Amino acid sequence: MSEWFAMNGYARYVWPSVAAALIALVWNALRARSLLKQARAEVRRRLASEDES
Amino acid sequence: MNWVWLHRFGSPPYFYRWAGRIVPWLAWPAALLILAGLYGGLVLAPADYQQGDGYRIIYVHVPSAWLSLMIYTVMALAAAVGLIWRIKVAHAVAASCAPIGAWFTGVGLVTGMLWGQPMWGTYWEWDPRLVFYLVLLFFYMGYSGLRSAIDDTTRADRAAAVLAIVGAVNVPIVHYSVIWWNSLHQPPSLALTSKPTMPASMYVPLLLLFLGFTLFFYAVMLTRARAEVLRRERGGNWIRAALETTR
Repeated sequence: MSEWFAMNGYARYVWPSVAAALIALVWNALRARSLLKQARAEVRRRLASEDES
Repeated sequence: MNWVWLHRFGSPPYFYRWAGRIVPWLAWPAALLILAGLYGGLVLAPADYQQGDGYRIIYVHVPSAWLSLMIYTVMALAAAVGLIWRIKVAHAVAASCAPIGAWFTGVGLVTGMLWGQPMWGTYWEWDPRLVFYLVLLFFYMGYSGLRSAIDDTTRADRAAAVLAIVGAVNVPIVHYSVIWWNSLHQPPSLALTSKPTMPASMYVPLLLLFLGFTLFFYAVMLTRARAEVLRRERGGNWIRAALETTR
């Protein structure tokens, strides 16, 4: 396990690369979801205020 | 050929519902493919005879680089469709591509530098492939910058679309730079037209990651585009119904 993690001396290049990709994947997935949630909430608020007036 | 089916995607309600239905079918396979590809590439695949375990950066570098070029192509095409036929949904798609493309261009650059250091002895070299790839990042950033600089959405759409289309010239330059010039960067590792030079245990994980990253992009882009469409459709009675019936 620790031998695998060491990547035969390339650990300090391989793992930051993998981390960069994972951060991009996770961040983009979460960001897209939160944008859609925000847009929905915004529309709901607008529709509610239209109903009142 | 009958193009009517394509026109339906220009309708915000249709697009919003369709995208909402399709996203889970892209996102879950994407997650599984990426996990399987990473496991195959980082754990199962043998070390390279020249680069040892350092070559494993390929499993994140190449799919990211592929995405950055594919996303730009999708963005430029969507921008052109939006500009020519004045389709708002197409502009929403183009606008949704830019931040994702910029992210993966960034990952392509960072992982490339981390690969360059052990193999070439330097993080950065003023090499055609690297320089034109950096230009790609600038086009993405320019596109987003231009959008946010113009308040009026319609004008922002048009101006940014022109920039996206102009920048499309850079995509083949990036791709062919390693063939046209004597580059430090190695030529493509996989091609559709020739047999792979790697054993299956090495290239199958790479193919899984190609597919996984691609599906991932479409899932994220369509989710962003749905938000964009909602934000743009100020009026529109369909929104009321769509919010109640779709996920």
